[in-house]
Amino acid sequence: MELDKIEEKDLQMGLANQQVFAETLEALAAEDSSIIAVTSDSRGSGKLVPFGQKFPSQMVEVGIAEQNLVGVAAGLASAGKKTFAISPACFLTARALEQIKNDVAYSDNPVKLVGISAGVSYGALGTTHHSLHDFAVLRAINNIIILAPADNYETEMAVRLAASLDQPVYMRFGKKNMPFLQEENNQNFEIGKGRTVHQGDDMTIIATGETVYPAWQAARALREDHDRQVKVISMHSIKPLDTRILDELALAGKPIITVEEHMVNGGMGEACASYLFQKGAKNPFCIMGIPDEYTITGSQLEIFAHYGLSKEGIMAKAKSMLK
Amino acid sequence: MHIKMTDKELKLKSVLLRKNLLKYIYQAKAGHTGGSLSCVDILNVLYNRVLHIDPKDSKNPDRDRYIQSKGHCVEALFVTLADRGFFPETDLATLCQYQSHYIGHPTKKVNGVEQNTGALGHGLPIGVGEAIAAKLDQKNHRVFTLIGDGELPEGSNWEAFLAAAHYKLDNLYAILDYNKQQITGDNHEVMNIDSVRVKMEAFGWAVVEVDGHKLSELEQALNNGPLEPGKPNFIIAHTTKGKGVSYMEGNIKWHHGVPSSEQYELALSELSAAEVLI
Repeated sequence: MELDKIEEKDLQMGLANQQVFAETLEALAAEDSSIIAVTSDSRGSGKLVPFGQKFPSQMVEVGIAEQNLVGVAAGLASAGKKTFAISPACFLTARALEQIKNDVAYSDNPVKLVGISAGVSYGALGTTHHSLHDFAVLRAINNIIILAPADNYETEMAVRLAASLDQPVYMRFGKKNMPFLQEENNQNFEIGKGRTVHQGDDMTIIATGETVYPAWQAARALREDHDRQVKVISMHSIKPLDTRILDELALAGKPIITVEEHMVNGGMGEACASYLFQKGAKNPFCIMGIPDEYTITGSQLEIFAHYGLSKEGIMAKAKSMLK
Repeated sequence: MHIKMTDKELKLKSVLLRKNLLKYIYQAKAGHTGGSLSCVDILNVLYNRVLHIDPKDSKNPDRDRYIQSKGHCVEALFVTLADRGFFPETDLATLCQYQSHYIGHPTKKVNGVEQNTGALGHGLPIGVGEAIAAKLDQKNHRVFTLIGDGELPEGSNWEAFLAAAHYKLDNLYAILDYNKQQITGDNHEVMNIDSVRVKMEAFGWAVVEVDGHKLSELEQALNNGPLEPGKPNFIIAHTTKGKGVSYMEGNIKWHHGVPSSEQYELALSELSAAEVLI
C-alpha cells in the first residue's frame, strides 16, 4: 500500500519503543552471550525484567549510581562485551555526562547508552525527570552516534545496528505506544540517513523521535483538508545528520519546519539550521521544540499540545509558512 | 614475563625512573612532580614484578589491566612504560608538545595505556567493569587501579566501592597513593579522609597498609593473590609527596612545580648519592 493511500485509522499501532528495545535486546542476547545489559535500578522502567530472568549472567545491576553505571559499562565494553547501559535519559545524560565524555567517547569504549523514558515521557514528574538537553550536550562530544527512533521499526533496526557497531552510540526511547510509520519503500534504516514517512513537495517537516507521529498527522490533515503536500522526514539520526537530504531541501528552497521533543537550544533543529545556513540555503525555516523557559508539567501529550508539538500546532505553523 | 631483576636492581630502577621523570618534566617545563615521585615506586613494582603484560602484545585479552585513575601523574607512568619497552624513551622528548601523544594525562594513543584518564574518580568504575568481565569469562587476569588520596572524595569512587564489594571482585586491586597532600594543602584540611582503612573495611573491602616506598612490602601486598577471597583488595600505600628529593618532600609547591636548572641538578645529585647507598 502506498503511504498516500493510508488513512490515519489504518496506521497499525505498535508498542512503546522502549518495549521494542527490550525485546530486541533479548533476541540479541539469546544469540550472543557477549551482550550485557547494565542497569541502575532501571530494569522495570526499561522493560528488562524478563531479560534479567532469562539471562541473569548477562545483566549487571549497579544500583542507583549513574556515574558508576557508565564507568562500569566502559570497563565491560573495553573487555570486549557488547554493553548496553540503560537508565532514564534525564539521569544518564546529565549525572553521568563526564563518564560519557571521557570513559565512553574519548576512551572509545563502544558502550551503547540507552536513555529510556526520554524527553517529557515523565511529563508530570517535572524538570528533574525531563531530558530536553541530551541532544545538545551529546552533539558537543566527539565520537558518539545519537539516535532517536520514531517507531517500532526504527527502534528495532537502531538496536540491532548499534549492537553490531564497534562505536559509542546513544539512543533515546519513550514510553508511549507508537504507530508504524511506513510505506512500501521506506524500510531502509541507515545511520546518517533520514527516512521519509510522508511524501510532499510544498514544504518539509523534519521531525525526530516521538514527534514524527504528530508531524505525520499534521501532514495528512494538510493534504486532506487543504490540499497541501508536505513531506515528513524522520531524522532518527541526529548525529551524524543526513546532510544529503538537507542538500536536496536547500536546492528545492521550500519552507522547512523542524520538530523535536527537546529544547530548541542545541537540538536537531539547530543542527539542521547550522548546516543549511552554511550551505547558503534560503529556505524559510522554523524550529519547533520546547522553548527556553521553565517547562510546564502534564502528560507528554499535554506538554506537546502546550508547546505546539501536536498535530494542530504543527499544522498551524505549517499553514503560516505556506502562505 | 618480567625482566629478571634482583631486589637491588629493582631499587636502582626506582632511582632511574625518578631521574627520568624529573628529566622530562624539566625539559617540558610542565608536569606533576610531587605526585609522580610519590607513586613511582608503586609503578616500578607493578610493571616489573606484578603485572602480566607484554609490550609486544599489549592488547592480549588475558593481560592484567592497570588503570591510572590519578592521571595527572602521567610522567611516572610514561617513564615506567618506556623503561619496560612499550615505546622508545626518546619519544618523551615531545612531552606536552604540539600534537604529541605524550600529553599531560594518559591516553590510549600511547602503547600500554589502558584508558584515557585525567578527570578524577574515573579509574575505579572502569576497573570494576573490567573485573566483572574477567569473572564472567572465568579468566584469571587481575585489574589494578591507582587512586590519589586527593581524588578520594569523588562520589564515583564510592559508587564503585559498593559495586566492587557487591560483586565480590577479589580480582580487583585499588591502590591508594596516600601522600596526604593535594594541590591546596593537606588532605585533612581540604577534605578529611581519615580512618580510610575503617571506611574501606566497612565497605566490604580487604585492606592492607604498606610503606609505599618499600618495594618488598608493595610486592608482598600485590603479588600473593587476593587478601581475602571474595573481597576486593584495597592497598593503602603510605607515601611522601616529592619522595627522593629533599627539598620537594612534603612541600606542596611541588604538586606541579617545575625545577629550575639549579634545582634540577641538585635533585639529580641527591638521587645519585642515594643510588650509591643502595
